[in-house]
Amino acid sequence: MITKAPLSTLSRAALFALLIVAAAFVLLAWQADTVHAQAPTPSDDEVNAIARQLYCPVCENTPLDVCPTEACRQWRELIRQKLAEGWTEEQIKQYFVENYGARVLAEPPRQGVFWLAYIVPPIAILAGAFILYRALKAWNRPEAAAPGVGESEATPVQDEYMARLEEELRKRE
Amino acid sequence: METMQAEQTSKRTIPLWAQVLIWGGLLGLLAVLAWGLVRAQQGTVQPGDTIPDFTLPLFSGYEYNGQSEVHLSELRGKVVVINFWASWCKPCEQEAAELESAWRHYRESGDVVFLGADYVDTEPEARQYLRRFDITYPNGPDKGTKISQLFRIKGVPETYFIDRQGVLRYVQIGPFRSEDEIRAIIDPLLAP
Repeated sequence: MITKAPLSTLSRAALFALLIVAAAFVLLAWQADTVHAQAPTPSDDEVNAIARQLYCPVCENTPLDVCPTEACRQWRELIRQKLAEGWTEEQIKQYFVENYGARVLAEPPRQGVFWLAYIVPPIAILAGAFILYRALKAWNRPEAAAPGVGESEATPVQDEYMARLEEELRKRE
Repeated sequence: METMQAEQTSKRTIPLWAQVLIWGGLLGLLAVLAWGLVRAQQGTVQPGDTIPDFTLPLFSGYEYNGQSEVHLSELRGKVVVINFWASWCKPCEQEAAELESAWRHYRESGDVVFLGADYVDTEPEARQYLRRFDITYPNGPDKGTKISQLFRIKGVPETYFIDRQGVLRYVQIGPFRSEDEIRAIIDPLLAP
């Protein structure tokens, strides 16, 4: 009679360990596949969305997304590489600032002397509007609220002038 | 007369402190603009200027006296040659071999230090450039373009020669044509 030999305790433990190792391998392989699936090569549009917010110091006044130089091409590739590594837009911009200075940003950072770029224009516009308002008001005032001759608001110089004028008119009569 | 009166009234109603504030602000803004224009017109640092201290972090694989960064202040007593370059810069390639050759000529004496400051570059391309021209003198990125702003460089390549006292002695704009040209600038600086 053929009987099935029972597995020893040691063999069972070895089999169990083997199963766990195999499961771990399967899990790792699945995770690696998932990572590949989640991180395809970033498209030109994705790269340019960040590139247009940056300016290369070599080609002043040309946004990075349309700059044709070799230096800018290298920068765009760097953005692509960082995106592929999972970096966020803010992290990439911060990396560029750290490596090439704040002047690479299309929008100056809200710190230090760069605040002037945000504060001065609105203040200048408000001041201009205020000056314009006062000028218009001053132009309209004479008809609306011109003080009469001899009113207390007249200055001594004006009084003297008015007195002379009245005197001259009297003489003509 | 009425217009004069209106103007006088208008002038009277703007408080003195506000007038001081407005004129002060305008003058301040003009001063900032003037300062920016003067800096833009200044050009590079000139021979005779003392170069302030700066720190150049080195690419991995490069070192100076066992350190991964170089401080200019620690190089007093030596002639310092600092070359600004970039991997995207074609004229830089013309002088790369000459600079390396000149460095090898002076290296043993220990009296001359060559430094390469990589300007607005990406590291993989920069490393490729350094490998291609077998450049062995200390090289590193100009982080935040701080050093190039200190020298107020206008482009690359530019090379600055600093004497043993830390005073700038010569500025080369554009590439060198030969090693002799480089040595002709360094040798007088080494004379006692």
